[in-house]
Amino acid sequence: MKSNTQRFGVAGIALLSASALLAGCGTSSEPADGKVTITVSIDAGLEQEARDNFDARVAVFEKAHPDITVEAQEYTWTATTFTADLAGGTLPDVFTIPFTDGRGLIAGGQLADISQYVAELPYADQFNPNVAQAGQAEDGGQWAIPIAAYGQGLHYNRTLFEAAGLDPDAPPATWDEVREYAKKISDATGEAGYATMTSSNTGGWILTTLVNAFGGRTENADATAPTVDSEAVAEVLQYLHDLRWDDDSMGANFLYDWGTINQDFAAGRIGMYVSGGGNYGNLVTQNALNPDDYGLAVLPLQGDDPGLLGGGTLAAVSPKASAAEQRASVDWIDFYYLAKLVDEDTVVETAKLAASLDQPVGAPELPVFGQEQFAQYQSWIAPYVNVPVDQMAPYTDAIFDQPLIAEPRVATQDVYALLDTVVQAVLTDQNADIAKLLADAQTQAEALYAKAAQ
Amino acid sequence: MSQLSPTRSAPPAPAAVDAVAHARTRRPGRGIRGWVGGDGPHIIVFLLPLLFSFGLFSWWPIVRAVVMSFQKTNLVSAPEWVGLQNFVNVLQDPLLGTAVVNTLYFALLALLMGYPLPLIAAVLMSEVRRARGLYSALAYLPVIVPPVVGALLWKFFYDGSPTGVFNVILGWFGIPPQNWLSDQSLVMPSLVLFATWSAAGGTIIIYLAALVSVPPELYDAAEVDGASIWRKIWHITLPHLRGVLLITFILQIIGTAQVFLEPYLFTGGGPANSTTTILLLIYKYAFQNSLGGDYGAATALSIMLAIVLAVFSRLYFRLTRNWSTS
Repeated sequence: MKSNTQRFGVAGIALLSASALLAGCGTSSEPADGKVTITVSIDAGLEQEARDNFDARVAVFEKAHPDITVEAQEYTWTATTFTADLAGGTLPDVFTIPFTDGRGLIAGGQLADISQYVAELPYADQFNPNVAQAGQAEDGGQWAIPIAAYGQGLHYNRTLFEAAGLDPDAPPATWDEVREYAKKISDATGEAGYATMTSSNTGGWILTTLVNAFGGRTENADATAPTVDSEAVAEVLQYLHDLRWDDDSMGANFLYDWGTINQDFAAGRIGMYVSGGGNYGNLVTQNALNPDDYGLAVLPLQGDDPGLLGGGTLAAVSPKASAAEQRASVDWIDFYYLAKLVDEDTVVETAKLAASLDQPVGAPELPVFGQEQFAQYQSWIAPYVNVPVDQMAPYTDAIFDQPLIAEPRVATQDVYALLDTVVQAVLTDQNADIAKLLADAQTQAEALYAKAAQ
Repeated sequence: MSQLSPTRSAPPAPAAVDAVAHARTRRPGRGIRGWVGGDGPHIIVFLLPLLFSFGLFSWWPIVRAVVMSFQKTNLVSAPEWVGLQNFVNVLQDPLLGTAVVNTLYFALLALLMGYPLPLIAAVLMSEVRRARGLYSALAYLPVIVPPVVGALLWKFFYDGSPTGVFNVILGWFGIPPQNWLSDQSLVMPSLVLFATWSAAGGTIIIYLAALVSVPPELYDAAEVDGASIWRKIWHITLPHLRGVLLITFILQIIGTAQVFLEPYLFTGGGPANSTTTILLLIYKYAFQNSLGGDYGAATALSIMLAIVLAVFSRLYFRLTRNWSTS
């Protein structure tokens, strides 16, 4: 028989175990010494040089802000992981989101209201208004800060062009030429002449891009209804269908998303694809692209009222951040994302450091502020530009002549998801009924618009 | 012969039966005082960490999910009570029918491909006299490969280009390359093949363990009678495995009804929703919209699936009760 001492001893151990479990679930308290610690996002899977570059920037920031400690947290926005992070409260204090999500997240109270801190920034009133509106609440308060803007571009592999007997300095200027070049590349090399994203909402994103380039829209002018079931969308789908089934020019993977298509392009398995014009940095730092392979051109525009789909990135702050953390977060955004665009010393210092670490400097982008400021910025970084600018000339020489079109504003990601299915159907079913697919997608998109209007 | 067990000895006298029954129900110190004076408090203290862990990580999320199925919430701002609306929305979703059909198709293929294979492998392995441990280890190996690693590996195999591993093998026989994951008719069998590869090892080990319980004398007797290997399997092995087979069958049905990993890792539900399963649809409700998912719809569908599976399991055990114990 056990003695009471034994019993109480063992019970005590059990209680201690329970206490330890409870303690493990506790939350940390804020330090009382006035110091603030913030977590900030850093791209996942960076090459060591890129990570060193980031750490060096953190060191400079912490020296200038001795009361703020910065901790890096790997984060790359994707529709699905962002939702989980947002709901689970595991986002860093400072994170980035696409233009399309800004207004919806602000309306849902899912971002911190940092407008009072943003208003104190010396250049707060100098943002390009078309760009700034993506991060503004109904009352005009700037809850999320635009840090980059882009127009879509046609990325192409110069090595595959040469292998197919094409001139890499003369990329296709019409969509018919894109088709013709794709077939030549595919026939000559066995790789995909032209590939397109289809998964994780990117299928809808790129389809919308092509629809705009063909002169159509997927949303009406006042953003009150979808226009998915339209001639322009059908024309683009038929174009993709012909590339896939008549020409057999699109390779064998029809389930690409942003990450996987970048991987395959950098690996030399894709001749051409459409994505953001500033994609070069990602291709180099996360996918080890050989710069010699790279070429970038503007999208061909055709039809009555064509345009270039534009987009961009907003920096935002977690709604869970305290007031002190919000202020520190805006300080970080100002330092890390904006000063390297507007402050000459920081611009030069950032570009110099990045170049010394073999990080890309000078990848194409669109102005977050005015054209004049952008020109000044480009002159500051000119000595440090290390990207193959000549290979991007077909894009940079013509991009400002293309009319920019904003992404659809209502239920954007949901409609993109619907269109993923449509694009996949066309690429994987030779007998896909495009008219029916679009009619169904239109009905579902209208339901999404009605839901959003409630 | 060994000694007969007490239950097989002569029936005891009625008085003896009463005494035994009484002894079984009456315990010394029963009641609050006895409980407090005995081991009761210590048991509770011992149970506390376990109860706390289960409560926090298992039961609370279930309760939370049930509550959330009646709410509209993005988990950041305050939730709104919407009654049965989430259930109505889910049932009206045209994708639900597609997801149910796809899930049933996966389950059917998994039954045809995945259910018999481990049984056949286990029976054959049990016939092997030498190096049985090595075969067991080899069969179990895929189970210890993390699913994401396995999926990456199989994505190479399923590469639709002529240089893909499976397509190279087909090429040896003059068969043209196949789009394993991008062909709407091939994609589901491809996922089931991977699922079978990754899970069969575990089931093989269960069958092998059950086969150990088959008395070797029965096989010896059958051999003396000149029975072939197939007759031994049919008349001795399978009847002894019946209970295990019933359990693995229901586990397979429950598992395949909740298939998520394979379509998520390989296809994201594509192409054109041909691999969108119920679990993947739940996932899409929750996480597809980056503005904050429809967690109410996701939990409503989860609860409906759980109820259907619970009812099915109950019916299954009721219907097979006699068969499994006969």
